[in-house]
Amino acid sequence: MRETTPSVRPRHAAGASSRGDGLFRGVILALALAIVVVFVLALYQLVAGSLPSIERYGFAFLFRTTWNNVTSEFGALPFIIGTLVTSFAALLIAVPLAIASAVFVTEYAPRWLAEPVGYLVELLAAIPSVIYGLWALFVLKPLVVQLGTWIFYQPWIVQNPSLKWLVPSNLAGLGLLTAILILAIMVIPYTASVARDVIRLVPQDQREAMYALGATKWEVIRSAILPFARAGIFGGVILSLGRALGETLAVTMVIGNDPKIVSGLFNPTATMSSIIASEFNEAVNNLQRSSLIEIGLLLFVISVIVNYVARLVIARITVGGTS
Amino acid sequence: MNPILRARQVNIYYGDKRAVRDIDLDIAPNTVNALIGPSGCGKTTFLRALNRMHDLTPGARVEGTITLDGEDIYGDVDPVSIRRRIGMVFQKPNPFPTMTVLDNVVAGLKLAGIRDRGTLLEVAERSLRQAALWDEVKDRLNTPATGLSGGQQQRLCIARALSVEPEILLMDEPTSALDPQSTARIEDLMSDLKKDVTIIIVTHNMHQAARVSDTTSFFLIGDLVEHGPTDQIFTNPRDERTESYVTGRFG
Repeated sequence: MRETTPSVRPRHAAGASSRGDGLFRGVILALALAIVVVFVLALYQLVAGSLPSIERYGFAFLFRTTWNNVTSEFGALPFIIGTLVTSFAALLIAVPLAIASAVFVTEYAPRWLAEPVGYLVELLAAIPSVIYGLWALFVLKPLVVQLGTWIFYQPWIVQNPSLKWLVPSNLAGLGLLTAILILAIMVIPYTASVARDVIRLVPQDQREAMYALGATKWEVIRSAILPFARAGIFGGVILSLGRALGETLAVTMVIGNDPKIVSGLFNPTATMSSIIASEFNEAVNNLQRSSLIEIGLLLFVISVIVNYVARLVIARITVGGTS
Repeated sequence: MNPILRARQVNIYYGDKRAVRDIDLDIAPNTVNALIGPSGCGKTTFLRALNRMHDLTPGARVEGTITLDGEDIYGDVDPVSIRRRIGMVFQKPNPFPTMTVLDNVVAGLKLAGIRDRGTLLEVAERSLRQAALWDEVKDRLNTPATGLSGGQQQRLCIARALSVEPEILLMDEPTSALDPQSTARIEDLMSDLKKDVTIIIVTHNMHQAARVSDTTSFFLIGDLVEHGPTDQIFTNPRDERTESYVTGRFG
């Protein structure tokens, strides 16, 4: 009985669309899996490339402070410190500026000013890092040299043992401070644009609730808007941190690339990415190449850990979340 | 009795559009006053003029005079100081979600620079008792305010507004987002509160106006059609438009 009736039903169409669905599902699944495969392969390559160095140094590699091409002694600590110090110091400078710019654009600036300012801040993210590097060499470096020179002639600093870290070891202007400053500028747009968006999303009734209690505009921003937006802003900070941890070229151009634990604010050092960029092509032997790859692996691991911790923090501070 | 709040020839504009026309209204102290009328009649617009909330709306403009204890609130005064004296409760409960119950209640005191923990706790208890919430939250003062039910959150917002001891409390449809039980609790609360504070409540619900208020003002399309004792407005209105509305013929 059933075979006699279905001639009018759009059987072909149904069959085709379910075949199409299956195909689409397959393609999507393959693409999604490809991402996982790329991730795993990258990790595998890093681990495989690091094996000689891992076999040689083991865990101690993380804490070894020597990096010497001549004696073939390698250790990652100067670069781990360099990366962490430059990144977090850059955040310390960038985050207040970024939040201030977001607050200005959303709460203070008139519309005709807010849009171009917001757009320009975002445009900062589109500038290639080599341009930042050049700008740092031409503009920041001379300023850092001036500041370093000035400090050099301040006896109260130079002769004070507890301010030794402020005294430049040389006046080339290439070192930690220049790297921190250029990184700070580079990471501003990530926090700023995310903060701007989340501040715009703070419900009007939150602002009004605070105003109605007799708050000034600044108090509304501090006590109602920023707390409400804090999880989103923190997400933006993490984007900035990710950028700072991985930024290579601009930092390599200005940090001095001295593979030693940083000895002062003005002194040259290196970061994990800058040492890879500056030495990988000229690596003199297998162990050095492998050590550089292991530093890459560590950078990978640090980035993953930072992101994971960030997710935990965001989940905790999200408004209406399970706090 | 001298009115605590007096509005004379108040006109409110959004850009070129006049939303409220020539309002004259006197509010006596320690009374509950309802503003009723159909949607878009200007009652909320008028209410928000009373604590200068329109200052925050670009393009909104208030003309005429509104005096609080004889002082022109649009005169040479800081709107911040006016809002400390005229508190507000909003349509949807809006506790600060990142703060605890206690921090919500004392948020206004902290703005006023009061930091002493003993004082804060004392005021918090007083305000929460006034808002009939103390017994329900006294053991969870340090938990997030978002953990409370909707009705509790709205009473928390009332306590928050009361903590700075305002002379007038504006309520903008405070029960419209609540269930009947929570609504009843807040209505009961109002008659208790009026010994401390003068209440002006916008409500969409005529029965609520009839239950809680001493005077009622009926707004229609930006005009204040009729103002008088609530009994009279609901039983013997002078204007036939008022009568049509309170008998449910439109709105």
